[in-house]
Amino acid sequence: MGKLTIGVFSSLVGSLSLDFSVKLAEAAIEKGHSVDMWVSGNATMLSKKGQKAFKDYSALEKSVQKLFATGNFKAAVCEACAEARGYHKEDTMEGWQRYSMDWYLASCFGADRVLHIGGE
Amino acid sequence: MATRKLAFIVRSLPYKTEASRLALTHAIASQSVEIYLESGDSVDSVVAFIGDGVINCLRNQKAMEMYGVTSIEQHIKMALLLDLRLLICREDLETFGIREDSLVIDAKDLTGETTAQIVPYKAIMEEMGSSDHLLFF
Repeated sequence: MGKLTIGVFSSLVGSLSLDFSVKLAEAAIEKGHSVDMWVSGNATMLSKKGQKAFKDYSALEKSVQKLFATGNFKAAVCEACAEARGYHKEDTMEGWQRYSMDWYLASCFGADRVLHIGGE
Repeated sequence: MATRKLAFIVRSLPYKTEASRLALTHAIASQSVEIYLESGDSVDSVVAFIGDGVINCLRNQKAMEMYGVTSIEQHIKMALLLDLRLLICREDLETFGIREDSLVIDAKDLTGETTAQIVPYKAIMEEMGSSDHLLFF
């Protein structure tokens, strides 16, 4: 089966692009593919632990944890983008890695398809 | 041993969002991607400015003075210093009435030798057609 790399730059709250990305990852894994996800810019908030679920806002922490549990999902957050937002290593949700941007390019290198979803 | 070509297509205005800055920083990261790859494998990055994105290439940006942040101009020069290929759409420059002498074309002040190329949109389309993956910013 194939490998899909999804790079997302949109914010967790204020856009549904991250919701779409997570649903796409779920669908791909369900079909037997593996998925790498890179979050950069405002999308780094997806990887922050302790998100509180309100019905008016996207709440994706549980969905992402289910993706990690499949064993076919790897995800990394842009460390510089996170630190610039005052979001530090100890705030990171379990399963996420913190890397520089070259991780994303390396993932693109080995991907059968890349879906790059830009920010606002 | 393989090379994958990634095309970073910049359509966003500078400073309004961080998109064009992230395009350049991600493209520059191709210089250190080998640490994650097998020996001999590499990523070849090309950055193309089209549409509103050509505004990123204007010279004499004052981002540090105005906002206290690095300018897109500095990132473009860094990319040129690292010998990344930068393409600027000729037709879109003409649409905005931007002349070549208004653009960041080289990084000679940093001892860079590579220059940005002003090319017709057709050439950018060909670059996109020959790339393994397209990343739009």
